[in-house]
Amino acid sequence: MPNKKQIYDRDKVAIGLAIFVALISFPFWFNMGKASPAPEIKLSDKAKAAKQCIAPTAYMRAEHMAILDLWRDTVVRDAKRVYSTNDGLTFNMSLSTGENSCMGCHVTKADFCDKCHNYASVRPYCWDCHIAPKENK
Amino acid sequence: MMENSRRRFIKIAGITAAGFGLKPVTDVLASGGAPKKASPIGDTSAGNKALTAKRWAMIIDVKKMAHEETIHQCVEACHKLHNIPKLDNKRHEIKWIWEEEFKHAFPGQHHEHMSEEIQHAPFLVLCNHCENPPCVRACPTKATFQREDGIVLMDFHRCIGCRFCMAACPYGSRSFNFRDPRPFIEEVQEKFPTRMKGVVEKCNFCAERLAEGKQPACVEASNGALIFGDLNDENSDVRKVLKSNYVIRRKPGLGTGPQVYYMV
Repeated sequence: MPNKKQIYDRDKVAIGLAIFVALISFPFWFNMGKASPAPEIKLSDKAKAAKQCIAPTAYMRAEHMAILDLWRDTVVRDAKRVYSTNDGLTFNMSLSTGENSCMGCHVTKADFCDKCHNYASVRPYCWDCHIAPKENK
Repeated sequence: MMENSRRRFIKIAGITAAGFGLKPVTDVLASGGAPKKASPIGDTSAGNKALTAKRWAMIIDVKKMAHEETIHQCVEACHKLHNIPKLDNKRHEIKWIWEEEFKHAFPGQHHEHMSEEIQHAPFLVLCNHCENPPCVRACPTKATFQREDGIVLMDFHRCIGCRFCMAACPYGSRSFNFRDPRPFIEEVQEKFPTRMKGVVEKCNFCAERLAEGKQPACVEASNGALIFGDLNDENSDVRKVLKSNYVIRRKPGLGTGPQVYYMV
């Protein structure tokens, strides 16, 4: 009695499977060891001197987009433009207008914003309208 | 009998499962969506420099405006400050404040024996910041809204460029960015954002300047031909002028309640 569990065309199937696995895993082995390191944010001198942004660094790193979103609604809808921390510091709730705004301290967009955004492949559309401060080259 | 009870069992089981599945959904709906995360510290305020009012309004003294110079200064001051592009094609033109003849600014109110002076006087027109703004009702995304102080403002972030507001506005106060405006801005002001292709824009009564305690740019440039103030404050300049002068408004019959008054 022949073995019932025999595979027909076993060799062809095996070759086909091998090719299939190789192809589907192509992105993994092709990029192996090529992962680019996480970018280091370059803080401006002013930002370094200030030690802390409007909130602890870890919070800013995780939530800055939520803060910006909340701020833009607060500014445009409620006309509240001044943010004060519990330490008595006040900030201009604005991305790019003047000394006391985000870009007033983080003066270089390329070093501060773009580095991480490019790495993470996020493309926020802030700069379609807002004007980044001119960078000193 | 057996057949019947199985049917019933499956029905009840089905309804129960659906009930359990619905619970989380109704919970979320009942709570009004996920709450927005607030900042961990700090507080927001309008700041102590900001000019505030119950109802902002503007009066245009047409006689004082009769100098071409003054009108140009007003228009220039506004358009420069707000990064308004200069597009030569009339159909792409962007304007927040501009000059119009009487018959166009006040259609239906002009007649053939009108004084030359009025007929050809330059009327400054801009968004009327209506009491009852039709653009706000037309906007499907609430990008255009009315502030508590009466200013009809746009949230450019939310504008999807449907142009319903332009169709709704009886004064033609709104312009649409058919092209990317950036290359056509002569002198970019870093303090004010530009717009992008595909959004509508209009006069904002200089909300960003009021927040800093300054009068609107056109008022500042007008040599006293424009008066700006709080309509709800009896002692304000606008109220004093309104008390002692005859003023007209644009298309009052439409019921929009314009807040820009013309002293003829």
